[in-house]
Amino acid sequence: MNELESRQQQIIDEFSVFTDWMDKYEYLIELGKELEPLSDSDKTEQNLIKGCQSQVWLTANYADGLVTFRADSDAIITKGIIGLLIKVLSGLSPKEIIDADLHFIDAIGLRENLSPTRSNGLVSMIKQIKMYAVAFAAES
Amino acid sequence: MNFDVKEIRKDFPILEQTVNNRRLVYLDNAATTQKPRRVIDKIVEVYTQYNANVHRGVHHLSNIATAAMEESRQTVKKFLNAASEREIIFTRGATESINLVASSFSQQFFSDGDEVIVTEMEHHSNLVPWQLLENQHKAKVVKWVFDDRGELNLAELEELITERTKLLSIVYVSNTLGTINPIEQIIEIAHSHNVPVLVDASQAIQHFPLDVQQLDCDFLVFSGHKIYGPTGVGVLYGKEQWLNQMPPYQGGGEMIETVSFSGTTFNQLPYKFEAGTPDYVGIIALAEALRYIESIGIDNIAAYENELFTYLNDKIQSISDLRLIGTAEKRASLVSFVTDFAHPFDIGTLLDKMGIAVRTGTHCTEPIMQHFGIPGTVRASISFYNTAEEIDILRDSLLRAVNMLK
Repeated sequence: MNELESRQQQIIDEFSVFTDWMDKYEYLIELGKELEPLSDSDKTEQNLIKGCQSQVWLTANYADGLVTFRADSDAIITKGIIGLLIKVLSGLSPKEIIDADLHFIDAIGLRENLSPTRSNGLVSMIKQIKMYAVAFAAES
Repeated sequence: MNFDVKEIRKDFPILEQTVNNRRLVYLDNAATTQKPRRVIDKIVEVYTQYNANVHRGVHHLSNIATAAMEESRQTVKKFLNAASEREIIFTRGATESINLVASSFSQQFFSDGDEVIVTEMEHHSNLVPWQLLENQHKAKVVKWVFDDRGELNLAELEELITERTKLLSIVYVSNTLGTINPIEQIIEIAHSHNVPVLVDASQAIQHFPLDVQQLDCDFLVFSGHKIYGPTGVGVLYGKEQWLNQMPPYQGGGEMIETVSFSGTTFNQLPYKFEAGTPDYVGIIALAEALRYIESIGIDNIAAYENELFTYLNDKIQSISDLRLIGTAEKRASLVSFVTDFAHPFDIGTLLDKMGIAVRTGTHCTEPIMQHFGIPGTVRASISFYNTAEEIDILRDSLLRAVNMLK
């Protein structure tokens, strides 16, 4: 199993113990609280992801062939969701990120249980992450 | 009080369901209300028994449909106590009603530099249409601010009115703050300076009795779907003296008298403002919703909702982590609140998981958010089919959500 797959599997395993939706959200909230906040200087219009009801900022750094993502949000649950994406995708190569099939989202029931606006937010987050990877791939 | 909420709830088929394995608690009534079965049945009745385009056909079905639509106009007229059915224009909703006035009234009565006063608490639908006029240099928008409780100061209105003020366009009940503006006094002040007034009654008409002749408002708008009717239909009430002088809003069928390439003349009121095939099915169903309201009694509804609102307000205030946005002395039907540590979206998401429907965000009133320096609020809005038990569920669920997020 490659790195991406083992990371996704780990999240799927963690979520499999939750029987109630509130437990899943409890976990997302914890994840959101744990995610290291961005400094105010990184919370720029340029780093803002459009399409979420709450504000989400994402930064990407490319070094030694790997992309490191950091993110923040003014909503804790949103921060937990992007925290999940970072757990899975940060520290991979641009190609791995571009090709990533994020099946864990369906597997943990995140996609169908999120409201349309939030779901769009999730889609926007993934799109933005992949766009960074595309830009870095073109650079290298 | 002759009011049994358990019986009332049986009229609303949608309420009996579970969401996320919990009983649905619907507290997003300011966004849209649920429909009683007789309104839903009425829509089916029209389509199954007498669907035909109105006002045109000589045939049997068209006559029935036309009569039903015009009876509906009478129902609305009576509901508002308008002086004439010619003052009742059917539109797609409050938004279209306001846009109609912004366009047609300004064409007739505004010249360069003329002003329209709107308040800081307007829904975007009563701000942006005027800003569009401003962008075309057809009007200047003058802002009437509210204080930190969410109340307007009547003395300030006197100061804002100038010789150039051509209209005051104001919300009756704020969809975000719940403030009930002292609309009668406001209209009196405006009229004493010969300024006509448009009242946005979108959050008022379904909650307490309203009489346009008593208010003496010049225009009044509301959306059908917020008063238990279908979506896509709304009403513009306008005094005949104004409507007669205003040019048509849109061109098309129905609104004309004669058409030729050398010139077209327009139909009389109210048809002058109803271009194209109207949503006669929606209109007929809206009238059914108004008859339903009348069968319960708007006074009974107001009394019950007032009691429930006080209960809701007390329960929200009993949670120390929540801060109310909008604390005006006179409020109706809804509360908005925030926390210091979580986004409204977090709270709304968790409430949804517990089966509770509330609204989160800016509620199409971004200037209110800017006033308070907040990204949005959580809004719980009631109807007469809500119960004290549901408010208790909201309170318990809020406590749980707040503790998870803290």
